[in-house]
Amino acid sequence: MGATSGFAARSVQIAFVAIVIGVWWGVTKTHAVMPLFLPPVGLVARTIDQLFSTGEAWAAVRLTLLTIVEAYALAVVAGLLAGYFVTRSRFLTEVFEPLIANLFTIPIILFFPLFVLFFGIGPGSKIAYGALYGFFPVALNTIAGFSRVERRFLWAARSMGASPFGLFRHVLVPSALPVIVTGLRISFLICLASVLGGEELSAAAGIGKNIELAAELMDPARMYSWIVFVVLTTTVLNLVLSQIEGRVRER
Amino acid sequence: MTVAFDQARAPAATERPVAISVKGVTKRFGEGTGLGVMALSEVTLDIRRGEFVCLLGPSGCGKSTLLNIIGGLLPQTAGTVEVAGKKVAAPLPNDMAFVFQESTLFPWYTVTENFRVALKFQGVPHAEWEARTQEALAAVGMVQFAGHYPDQLSVGMRQRVNLARGIAMGTDIILMDEPFAALDEQTRMVLGEDLSSLLAKTGKTIVFVTHSLAEAVFLSDRIVVLTARPAAIKKIVRVEEPHPRSPDFMLEPRFSELRNELYELLRDEIRKTMAMQGGGAPGGGG
Repeated sequence: MGATSGFAARSVQIAFVAIVIGVWWGVTKTHAVMPLFLPPVGLVARTIDQLFSTGEAWAAVRLTLLTIVEAYALAVVAGLLAGYFVTRSRFLTEVFEPLIANLFTIPIILFFPLFVLFFGIGPGSKIAYGALYGFFPVALNTIAGFSRVERRFLWAARSMGASPFGLFRHVLVPSALPVIVTGLRISFLICLASVLGGEELSAAAGIGKNIELAAELMDPARMYSWIVFVVLTTTVLNLVLSQIEGRVRER
Repeated sequence: MTVAFDQARAPAATERPVAISVKGVTKRFGEGTGLGVMALSEVTLDIRRGEFVCLLGPSGCGKSTLLNIIGGLLPQTAGTVEVAGKKVAAPLPNDMAFVFQESTLFPWYTVTENFRVALKFQGVPHAEWEARTQEALAAVGMVQFAGHYPDQLSVGMRQRVNLARGIAMGTDIILMDEPFAALDEQTRMVLGEDLSSLLAKTGKTIVFVTHSLAEAVFLSDRIVVLTARPAAIKKIVRVEEPHPRSPDFMLEPRFSELRNELYELLRDEIRKTMAMQGGGAPGGGG
């Protein structure tokens, strides 16, 4: 059942990407759009090649990736711990679940200047900002995961004489994991977007800073090169994460 | 399956030692909230070793509550439960195993892993896991499905495995909470036969919660008929038929007589329960 429809869906998706690139190629070739707004595909491809073959891009890539990883690590650790402890009591869950859910809806980007004020123009402000934003989906899904553990499994385990740790390892965690991994994936994408966005707003270096700089210097080929690079990298990372998530959710 | 198989032990049923002793057990839910619900009222019952006892009552009457109190999963409000001479205050995994509905197999583990984790919880040494798993799976004819996940099996197969998991615990007592409720009638009957022959072979004590009259008559040595909530013992009906029981037992006139007797006893209680539920009383699993 899934094989043929999966193939059809994949074909349409690939066709969609091909059409986007085709339209891009068409409108620049016919000069329908000014090159300042949209440089030709070929020029962008050459600029990407140039950026990476001369090695000038790697420092920015390394810095941004490291910032994302640090922000994400903080978000995951804090989110898992907070989420787990909140679910240890029904009262705490009733208090904090809606609170965290509501805080998540606040556009935290508005407070970005404060992050720069507190943590400086270096990676610190981006780490703090990304970690805070990425914290919410991890915490919320951890709460959802641990609260939905069904009582019949807990009772069965208790009747077999399970220790508190045994209950945690063999019942709570496997039961909550499928929901938690979804939170982990969403959090990663949020950390990534937050760090790049933060870098565009205010930073000394990094991919976001390079994009902002290229725009300011009216160098659209460079700007689009970075954007295309980010789009490709994010797509690959998301595919990898979805695969991992699918594996975990299967069981 | 011949009726003569186990004639020797049937008459001795009343003289065998007491395995489970329930004395004056009362249970009230929601104590101190002003919305307390009385679930059990002064239940006193002795269950003898090797006996198959059914707790039968209208749904929601508190029969599962009684079973959970016997198993140490729920604290009682008053009264005592003794198992193997010990007062029950928490689960006693080495004396009593629970078999719930088939959906309590952990879906994230394979059949084998389900057994391993159960034996690990129970504190059984690692070296024994494999043999006990194999033996229990063989007893229900499920060895070839050891590597399957529960959701890859049919409901009936899952319940066989679940039953085997209870057996693998190696306890003298098995407490069963409507284990066949989700099964179709035919599967139910086959598993009922399996259970009857298991009892004949191993001499385990089984306490079985059900609301099926036929199931109660087919399986039980004694049927404890409970009233509508708060559950109290209305009558205890004895079924004189040795295990293992053959499906032919269901065709005998006294099978229908017993079932009719149970229905007589239950009819008013079922009406009372329906009236309570109509009045907005909280339902629940019994």
